[in-house]
Amino acid sequence: MGKIKAVFYDLFKDYRFTVAFVVIVLLLFLAFLSVFSPYHPQRMYQVTRGLPPSLEHPLGTNWLGQDVFWQLTFAIKNSLIIAVVAAFFSRIIAVIVGIVAGYKGGVVDRVLTTVGDTTMVLPFLIILIIISMILKDWARHLSNLGLLLAFFSWAWDARVIRSQVLSLREREFVLVAVLSGMSTFKIVRKQLLPHVLPIVFTTFINNMSWAIGMEITLAYLGLGIDPTVPTIGTMLQTAIYRQALFLGLWWWLLTPIITAILLFVALYWLSVSISEYLDPRARFQRIGLKR
Amino acid sequence: MSFVKRYLIPRLVQYILVTFFGLTAVFLFPRFLPVDPIEQQLSQYQTFGVYVSPEQQEEMMNTLKQLYGLEGTLWEQFMVFWKRLFTGNFGPSLSRFPTPVNQVIRNSLPWTIGLLSTTTILSWIIAVLAGGIVGYYRKRWMEALDILVMIIRPVPYYVMALILLILFAYVFPIFPLSGGVGIARGLTLSWQTILSIIKHAILPALTLLIVGISWQFQSMKLIVQIVRSEDHVWYSRTAGVDDRKLVFNHVIRNAMLPMITQLGLQFGSIFSGTLITEMVFAYPGVGWILYDAVMKADYNLIMGIMCISVIAVTTSIFLLDLIYPFFDPRVRYR
Repeated sequence: MGKIKAVFYDLFKDYRFTVAFVVIVLLLFLAFLSVFSPYHPQRMYQVTRGLPPSLEHPLGTNWLGQDVFWQLTFAIKNSLIIAVVAAFFSRIIAVIVGIVAGYKGGVVDRVLTTVGDTTMVLPFLIILIIISMILKDWARHLSNLGLLLAFFSWAWDARVIRSQVLSLREREFVLVAVLSGMSTFKIVRKQLLPHVLPIVFTTFINNMSWAIGMEITLAYLGLGIDPTVPTIGTMLQTAIYRQALFLGLWWWLLTPIITAILLFVALYWLSVSISEYLDPRARFQRIGLKR
Repeated sequence: MSFVKRYLIPRLVQYILVTFFGLTAVFLFPRFLPVDPIEQQLSQYQTFGVYVSPEQQEEMMNTLKQLYGLEGTLWEQFMVFWKRLFTGNFGPSLSRFPTPVNQVIRNSLPWTIGLLSTTTILSWIIAVLAGGIVGYYRKRWMEALDILVMIIRPVPYYVMALILLILFAYVFPIFPLSGGVGIARGLTLSWQTILSIIKHAILPALTLLIVGISWQFQSMKLIVQIVRSEDHVWYSRTAGVDDRKLVFNHVIRNAMLPMITQLGLQFGSIFSGTLITEMVFAYPGVGWILYDAVMKADYNLIMGIMCISVIAVTTSIFLLDLIYPFFDPRVRYR
């Protein structure tokens, strides 16, 4: 327990971590509030439409007769679900591919890296658009879209993990484990995985941010999630599509934009400050032990 | 000679291999999809309520197969695909029948290349210089710039483009909302046309610049911070080398090398990145055409653009590998 406290104590020294932490906690709280919403997230004309922000409707109401504040709570929750599913599954693929390629080496490594390199030169956004068009009915659900996104974001991180494992493989403790007859699976689990986990953790946050951004982009193209289910992307797209700007309902358009910016900045600052904390060289620079 | 053997040939082999696999993926990809473009087309005709006799239907199917390059076994199709690629003929566009795919691409490519090559190169130069200077001097007011970049960088391109569009085309109507050139203005060579093109390009270019600079600025700054603590820089400083000379000739020059590799990747993402830009600003380039082709299931056009994109990506990476030795003498003399 004391160790965790010490870690947080160090992390909170970085203003970026403090700000990001507060913002994320706030957004999580909003997402949690969606449980208590007095309105159904998808039903229309539940309140008077086009009302500016007031005490009763803290963020006003939109042109479809929905309360923007409660819509937002659902949107944050749903976007985070997509992000976590995408990040979780793409991490699993990246870890497996990275460790197998790095540890096995030889032909397996060459095949896996070529596959990774090839996926990196392909115009992935176009392929993602085509696939989500074909699987339109399937990708309408939150976790399915997350799964789909997971298949597009493992290549780069698998490469990073592979290079890490390549150098770990030559280290003495791995050699000792091999010579003392540890099974390959156990070596991977006990000796390699703990060293790879920090990368997995920081890329997890980056990947969440990427997935939320992709969801917004797909929603703009009219793909991905069912447009009546509120996510940050569909909320933004509905506001644009229904001409919120020309109707003068700025609170309808601004809410998803500001939420998106807060979320992206918070996730990025979280990942930067944590990866700086995990990299001791950068940490020394922070404390002031520079050359 | 050893330079050619050690540096040039492995890269050439890699270039050919990745291009080959990339193009093969482009070929295979649509064929694994659960949608049959021919059946789709035929059922589209049938919804018009026209009676088609079985023989006619057979004939139509054969013609369509030929147009799509879907005749014979997978291997034969693969051969046809390569033949089409080498003769540079991707067949007719199906949504704009009978205009050939080549012509559709040729009409829209100059817009994309003009906009994106300018912004990519410009943002790279600005980011390298700014990142180098900020990373080296670390003055107080530069911290503010750093925080600004830390806020801009994580915001996805689409959201950034939207914000700028709302700000500069709606709230402060300085720039036009959409298009590549004013309405009802032919593409003649006159001052007004050129001015109109520039005016329409400024807002999309600005979004690309902001996003591109903030991405590369950060990595340049990090690299410079590492380079500046290296021994040779410290030695030069104590030996009394002029600070400005030190920054440009020693620090930035050394830190630039990884950035050159990044420029290659940047060029690579042009084709994917351009799609959203052109959609948001209704800019008449390749991305716009491509999205249209995807929506109308125009397979020939999709294949044509994807092939060009893969070749452009791998070729630009290869070309950068070729000029890299001119910047890095270590590669040259090894």
